[in-house]
Order: sequence, then structure tokens, then C-alpha cells
Amino acid sequence: MLYNEPSPLEVKVLTRRFGLPNSASLGTYLATQGFEGLRKALAMTRDGIIDEVKKSNLRGRGGAGFPAGLKWGFVPRNSPKPKYVVANADEGEPGTCKDRLLMEFDPHSLIEGMLIAGLAVGAKAGYIYIRGEYRYLIELMDRAIDEARAGGWLGRNILGGGFDFDLYTHSGAGSYECGEESALLESLEGKRGVPRIRPPFPAVSGVFQCPTVLNNVETFCAVPAILRDGGAAFADLGTPKNGGTRLFCLSGHVNRPGVYELPMGFNLLRMINEVGGGVRGGRKLKAVIPGGSSCPVLKAEECDLPMDFDSLAEVGSMLGSGGVVVMDETTCMVKAAARIMRFYAHESCGFCTPCREGTAWLRKLLDRFHGGRGTPTDIALIGDLARSMLGRTFCPFGDAAAMPAISFVEKFRHEFEAHLNGRPCPFEPTGQLVEV
Amino acid sequence: MTFSPELEARLARVIASCPPGRERSALVPMLLYAQDEVGAITPELVAEVSRRLNLSPLQVEEVVSYYSMLRRKPAGKHHIQICTNISCMLVGGTELFDHACRRLGIGNQEATPDGQFSIEEVECLGACSWGPALQVNYDYRHDMTPEKLDRLIDALRGAG
Repeated sequence: MLYNEPSPLEVKVLTRRFGLPNSASLGTYLATQGFEGLRKALAMTRDGIIDEVKKSNLRGRGGAGFPAGLKWGFVPRNSPKPKYVVANADEGEPGTCKDRLLMEFDPHSLIEGMLIAGLAVGAKAGYIYIRGEYRYLIELMDRAIDEARAGGWLGRNILGGGFDFDLYTHSGAGSYECGEESALLESLEGKRGVPRIRPPFPAVSGVFQCPTVLNNVETFCAVPAILRDGGAAFADLGTPKNGGTRLFCLSGHVNRPGVYELPMGFNLLRMINEVGGGVRGGRKLKAVIPGGSSCPVLKAEECDLPMDFDSLAEVGSMLGSGGVVVMDETTCMVKAAARIMRFYAHESCGFCTPCREGTAWLRKLLDRFHGGRGTPTDIALIGDLARSMLGRTFCPFGDAAAMPAISFVEKFRHEFEAHLNGRPCPFEPTGQLVEV
Repeated sequence: MTFSPELEARLARVIASCPPGRERSALVPMLLYAQDEVGAITPELVAEVSRRLNLSPLQVEEVVSYYSMLRRKPAGKHHIQICTNISCMLVGGTELFDHACRRLGIGNQEATPDGQFSIEEVECLGACSWGPALQVNYDYRHDMTPEKLDRLIDALRGAG
């Protein structure tokens, strides 16, 4: 059963099997063009496969938006080491709940996408690193893998093409940081999830110090359609440098929250109003976090824009992982910033001092401010402290924690100032909860 | 320590997924799967896992201390994990968490005296579009309200 009604505005490429009877079964997969992309890929050269993915303008759906074809091309051909394919299914960016659906309703598309990646780079094995909370998906993926292996789609000499590839699930155990690629690799090797210095990048030295293709689940799930229908067809669905569709996760104060597959470049206001049914209770829109909690917040008047990586970068935010968090006029932005920082302070792995200390002090400052004990100098201090973290950590976590804090203070400074006058919080009169 | 045949089969599958000589890779899933059966990461379990993977107990301990799902003390039989991160907070996650604490008379990461229930305030569970969300052990519950939570607790209590 689907978790929310689909929208007529959706363009279903990755979600085309959602809602079909037994959509997770190999039978349904094969009856709906399953493994046709792999069949085509088996008749192509490695460069030919990578060129097709480059043509599709598929950009990494985990958040960074790095071109997938380019990433695959970085894997060295002449390395004598074994090569690996790793799917990042450690979905944990607040606001994001899409990879879960792809694995639940179409696990074989992830298998096929990873097979094609393995073929393209010469890998013989792959791992799906799934967050520990998604236990039902580990079991579901294990069943799908067993089914695919029994059907000859995994294992030795797949389709008689001389290609060997096998796939395994691997559980995390509760760590947001393990969604960061290098920390994920450490965790996969049985260690604490602390990041690695780069270069070398995983394409050159990944899991077990071997060349590794590491992509988000949704990125791999787009690959079968790209090989099946051609990279150009996928590219044409989106905007010039942002190919295809992506799964947007609408949450917060909208009438119809849900996960919707929409073309890249879909207008954000239209997404809120037409796909999401508008802001709840007829209230006014105040702000939107466009791509998961690491992305700088947008004010309502900034939201009339196309949702692609470049348009979001132009307004100083990010498309991120597709988590669109909608906040209406009753939302206290200091409270929102404080809750987000509490998360980062909890999840910082503590390896880099600016991140470990910065997130802890920002959490204290923001909590104190929302609790009515802020001072006028705290407002500047929050911004200064956050800016001092930027670019000073091994992995992007420090930036991911600092950037939202900077944006909340810069764009909603008046709400911080209002907390100094209307203590403790002008949105939460004493003894009365904000209406939900 | 002896494990159930089901757990042994699961652990064997994890070990088999590691390349030869890379058995340490199995550590994180092994600890979590074993915790599900044992109830907590006990000193005996640390010793057993370090023996099986040929690691020092310290190499296991440092991993246990890092991952938030791994715990030293058992949770309640029904471990209620409520998300209060941004998306769930906007639709009542914090109020749901407070309600659960009042209803069960316990605080965060505490268990009822009879060991039936425990509560934990957790970070994003990946159910943002269907919040407020919670997990009872590994089972997801979406679009929760305090009333639905009351009914859920009653049903779990009735089921024993």
C-alpha cells in the first residue's frame, strides 16, 4: 500500500511500478521491462555505458548533485585491485524519505542499476548500506537479492554474457554521519563512522582501499531507465544541466504531504500549491527548506523558482536530497533553527574540532535564545560561530550544520530580535502550545 | 554464548558477504542483529563478537560507543521511538513525545517498571511526509496523534 496518493502532476519514471500488485517481486519487474537496461548494457562497451549516463545529465540524488557519469568515469581502468559498487541507503537527512519507497516498492530497479554500474566499471561485487532503522527493508532487499540470484540476474555469467556480479545488504546502526560517503565506507569496514580525508576519492580508493562507485539509491534506480530508453530521453525530462525526474518529499505544513516524482526544474511554489494542495488551514507560507535540513532556508518570497541544482545554488541554497520542508506563518523560526541544530550537535561524529565544538555551542546558543535567555550580542555570535566552521572540516557535515544556522539568522533576524522583546517566545505564549 | 539458529544464519550471511580476510566488515550488522536477540550489548556479547571476528574487545567497544542504536542496557519489550526532528516537529511530534512520557509515566530513554515499555526521542526516521512518525521496535507508525498513540499502547499492553 502506498503511503500517500499520487499526484496527477507526477512524471513517473522511477516510481512507475509503485502501486502495481507485488511491485517488489521479480515477476512484476520482468513483466514491466525489468532488466532491459542491463540487456542493452551487456551489448555495449564500458565507455558506451558511461557515455549514456553522462548524456542523461543524471546528477547525484544524495544531495551533492555530482554528475553520475563523470563519477563512474573516475574509476581507474588499469587498477589490479577488485572494484566495488556501493549504494548509499543510509537515508537520514531530515526531511527525506524517498529511498525507503524505492527499495520497498521497486527493489529490483536498485539491483539492476547497481549491476549496470558494476558492468561499467568492472566490479564484481556490491553492497547496499541500509540504515539500521530500515530493518524491514534489509529483509526485503535480501529477499529481492535471493530472488534475482535464483533467476540468474546475480551471480556467475549473468545472461551468458560472461559478467559475474553479486550483491549484499549491510546494516548501519544509527548514525547520520554514516550517510557521508567516506564515513559510510569506514562503517562498512566495521569501524566508527568518521570521515576520511580526500583525495583520494572513493572512485580511486574506497571500500577496502579499492576503487568504488558510491551513489545514492535514487541515483542507481534512475540508471535502468537511462540504459533502456537512452540517456537523451531521460535528460529531456528535466532542465539543460539537470536531467530527468526526482523524488521530492513534501513535509510540514501542506495539505497533501507526500513523496512525488516530478521533473527537475518543477516550480517550488507550484509544488507546494498544486502538488501539495497548498499550505494547511489556508495560512500564509513563511519559509521552505528546499532539500533537507542542511540546505539554507528560503523565505516565502524566494520560492518562485525552478527546483534544480543550479537554480537553488543561484539563490544561495541547495537542492540537496529532495526533502522539501514547508513552514507556515505560525512557525517560530528560532525554534526551528534550534531543533535543527540539536540534531547536528547529536550527530556530529566529533572527529573535527570545529564541527564538534561548533555544533554543541550553536545548540546551546539557539536553545538559550528560544528559551528567552538570549542577548542582543548572541544574534551576531550565532552567525560568526557558524561561519567559522565553514570549510574547516574533513567532511561536509560542518558546512551542513553551519549553513542553515547562518541562513535562519540572516533571513529571520527580526524573529530573533522579537524573542528579546517578547520573551520567551512570541509564537508560544506561556502555557499555551502552538496550534498544530 | 549460543545464539538461535535464525541469528546464526543471519550472521553467517553477513560474514559471507565480506571478502576473505575482511571479516571485520561484519562488525556493525553483527552487533545490531545480536543485540536484537540478546537485548543489549553485554560484556559477554562484546567478548563473543570480538572472538568471532578476531578483534580486540576495544575494537568492538569503540564501535559500540559510536552507534546510537547499540545500547548497553535492554530497552522495554515495546521500545517506542518518537521522531521530533523538524518535519515531525512541525506537525506535532514534540507534543506526541510529551504525551507518551506522561501516559507511561517515564522520561526519555527510560523503561516502565514492568519492562513492557520504553521511550526514546529519536532523530529523523525517514518518514517525514507522513509525520508525526514513530517506531515500535522496528515497526513504523505514520500520521500519529496522541489518541492513536493511546490506542496503540493499549493494544500492545493487551497483547502482552
